[in-house]
Amino acid sequence: MIVNEQIAIDHGLKKDEYAKICKLLKRTPNITELGIFSAMWNEHCSYKSSRLHLKKLPTKGKKVIQGPGENAGVIDIEDNDAIVFKIESHNHPSFIEPYQGAATGVGGIMRDVFTMGARPIANLNSIHFGSPQNKKTKNLLRGVVHGIGGYGNCMGVPTIAGQTSFDSSYNGNILVNAMTLGLVKKNKIFYSKAAGLNKPVIYVGSKTGRDGIHGASMASASFDEKIEEKKPTVQVGDPFTEKLLLEACLELMAGDSIIAIQDMGAAGLTSSSIEMASKGNLGIEINLNKVPCRESKMTPYEIMLSESQERMLIVLENGKEEQAKKIFDKWNLDFAVIGKTTKSKKIELYFDEEKVADIPVNTLVENSPMYDRKWKKTKLPKKNKIKKEDIKHLKIIDSLKKILANPNVCSKEWIWQQYDHTVMGDTIQKPGGDAGVVRVHGTDKAVAASVDSSAVYCWAHPLTGGKQVVCESFRNLISVGAKPIAITNCLNFGSPENEENMGEFVECVEGIGEASEYLKFPVVSGNVSFYNQTKDEGIKPTPAIGGVGLIKNFKKMITMEFKEVDSLVLVIGKTEGHIDQSLFARNILDEKNGPPPEVNLFNEKNNGETLLKLIDNNLIKSAHDVSLGGLITAVAKMCIKGKKGINIKKPKYLINEIEYLFAEDQGRYIVEINKKDFKKVADILNKNAVHFDELGTITEKNIYINSKTKVTIDELSTSNKSWLTNYMSK
Amino acid sequence: MKSSVITFPGSNCDRDIDVALKKFGFKNKMVWHADAELPKSDLVVLPGGFSYGDYLRCGSMASKSKIMQSVINFANSGGMVMGICNGFQILVETGLVPGVLLRNKYLEFICKNVFVKINDKKNKYFKNVDNEVLEFHIAHNEGNYFCTNDQLKEIEDNNQIAINYCNENGKIEDQFNPNGSIKNIAGIFNKEKNVLGMMPHPERMIDTSLSGEDGSLFFKNLINNLK
Repeated sequence: MIVNEQIAIDHGLKKDEYAKICKLLKRTPNITELGIFSAMWNEHCSYKSSRLHLKKLPTKGKKVIQGPGENAGVIDIEDNDAIVFKIESHNHPSFIEPYQGAATGVGGIMRDVFTMGARPIANLNSIHFGSPQNKKTKNLLRGVVHGIGGYGNCMGVPTIAGQTSFDSSYNGNILVNAMTLGLVKKNKIFYSKAAGLNKPVIYVGSKTGRDGIHGASMASASFDEKIEEKKPTVQVGDPFTEKLLLEACLELMAGDSIIAIQDMGAAGLTSSSIEMASKGNLGIEINLNKVPCRESKMTPYEIMLSESQERMLIVLENGKEEQAKKIFDKWNLDFAVIGKTTKSKKIELYFDEEKVADIPVNTLVENSPMYDRKWKKTKLPKKNKIKKEDIKHLKIIDSLKKILANPNVCSKEWIWQQYDHTVMGDTIQKPGGDAGVVRVHGTDKAVAASVDSSAVYCWAHPLTGGKQVVCESFRNLISVGAKPIAITNCLNFGSPENEENMGEFVECVEGIGEASEYLKFPVVSGNVSFYNQTKDEGIKPTPAIGGVGLIKNFKKMITMEFKEVDSLVLVIGKTEGHIDQSLFARNILDEKNGPPPEVNLFNEKNNGETLLKLIDNNLIKSAHDVSLGGLITAVAKMCIKGKKGINIKKPKYLINEIEYLFAEDQGRYIVEINKKDFKKVADILNKNAVHFDELGTITEKNIYINSKTKVTIDELSTSNKSWLTNYMSK
Repeated sequence: MKSSVITFPGSNCDRDIDVALKKFGFKNKMVWHADAELPKSDLVVLPGGFSYGDYLRCGSMASKSKIMQSVINFANSGGMVMGICNGFQILVETGLVPGVLLRNKYLEFICKNVFVKINDKKNKYFKNVDNEVLEFHIAHNEGNYFCTNDQLKEIEDNNQIAINYCNENGKIEDQFNPNGSIKNIAGIFNKEKNVLGMMPHPERMIDTSLSGEDGSLFFKNLINNLK
């Protein structure tokens, strides 16, 4: 086939990009080469619209061993232990085929982590669906949950936390973001940088089939009526093979024969070989006839672009082939020497004794397009004034019940019960809390992780929203007693070619950067997913932040359920009464305008760090951060989980009861303390200039508000727990 | 006391049970499925996980592994063999315990704490356990125990039911049955009661920081009974 401009356009390349390819090569590419360029230059692999802005994120810190640019980020958790972690999107495939899309998303992120030598110890996910009334939502949700469970459960890695939301902006584009944490010894981290000449290049894992060809290009395009036709571009996962691959790789990694290793993820053999060569400033020569294939008569084009799962590429020390092969034979996995490193700085492919591709590596990587897309700033919306008559008739308890049963607040037990969250025997905080916590096996340490996003805030004002998500992640880790260390981000947006969507991206990234800089909570890995849109309609901007923190002594971990009757309950942080963009405004008042709550980074940091001090001094019995639904929702959840009640007395400052209870002001936590510790706690809070209110006292089983309103915890628990189960069983 | 844990391709609770056995005093060895010989053992454990990816039928391929002939011989000569979760599925496939394990009634994987009532204490697994009811943990997709009426009669006549799903007070009712198992069966013995297959994972309940501590009771008691 002779390549021309139209074929290039069919590959998702733009006219000028094709012209650039011809110029760089000084000739017309052949079809295999064109396929390679299209895979490397698409948005998913090249970050061409986002690179410019991502550079602004803070990525360094005392605890950062490896920032963005590798398969995953790595942080130091002391005693020669390190945590490798990353979050990644699998949005497009999951909408087309929810089970396999979600499953391979989980498989892919675990591979990114064990490629670096780390054993995965926890999975998390952030999943977002269309409105519950949308006819596709239920099946998509079921398929995604089954897919995540199907893969993670089989791998034997616990899924310890997650986030699920529903919003009509995801009707045509669901989001499936998967995150994995792995544990590695600091001196046994593996990287993808090839080194040395004439080193054997090894292919291990599953055989290559025709599945997932052009998956990465599909993930870089918008959807239209023809999405069903894209089903064959979705990869099919086999968690069993991945489990074998994990064990075999870790066994090989215990020795010293690996120079570089890279998983074959998006754009398969193409991106893995090119990345290793590019990082090592080398060339790679591959004989495609040596690649183990699942189907007959696969062409070089298909072999290079297949996204068959569970495969790895390794550059090995010379002479170690036999020893390595023995390990892969033991685990019944393919092992093939397919090429070698060269000094040519080119990617040279041979098939049937013919050279089928010859491309300088730098043309694919350094010379890949980078765009400074046009973008539009979002003005901070004007505040709404809540009219007294709008809320006069509202009963607090009715509103609370409605909020607890809201799809975005309700208990997600139906989901996480389908994930094995206890395998590996170290899960000390299960899903349903502020963060999941796993012990570092055999030590006193534990690692906490949470994943958060606030699409509504980001939509109302991207800059504030970006900051808020980072802060929420920070708070969730602190609430379980962990010191926040670093984050990974999954940036889900609409089309970068649309100025408004691009503006949302730019300003969210700016907000994330500002907050993570201030909180010393750097970004160590991440992924960008653009084109989450169907026709012209994009999703609400949804950056998901995965935060990781350390608990030095796991016995000091905090959980959110109220522990003891007669304990005192405090609110840390000031309640100003910000109702705009709160769940209360949107769902009870049906008011969708206004700014999101303001983020005060000084207060976030100060309140959080002071709470950590209190926890360290054993003064806190339970804690929970205040987020969606405000203070009363947070308190109700602590009551439900602890099967206790509370007698609430609203402090006598200005704002009215509704604003006090439902406002979503930031930087707040609810904590339970022993009455006798009150003075000590108050002293520490005052000394650090942290505002706090006394909220009330824990009781047997009812919530009383100012002694006039009463509701039983059983009633609230039913509201909270039944929505999702009922929805899924209908 | 010496124990052996068999690792099949796809086993994923092998480390967990290794940790548990060692914690309560067993000298444990990990045994590879392709080995022919079992090391000298007082207890052999087939761990949980997804041996062979659950392909064909859960446990069926593992039941034909090379090591399994030695395990079967060991069991037939009175050796203690315990299968947990996927290990239970492997045991039914070997025929060492009767019945089959079907997909959960509600067609979904379930991971949660459950209560089980000990049905029979005249065996080395549960002898001297003070409690009647234990809080265990399950995590499975195919734990729905099924057998023919004739088999059930035989199982009941021989008192082969080990544990049944129940509530915290030991009530065995349908509403406490997580997966649709016949008679709420969570675990059964062979006739001689040296082989136990059960869906719950006691190895996930060995520490107050985890889901609970009733697994500790089980293992402490087990090693004492074997002494």
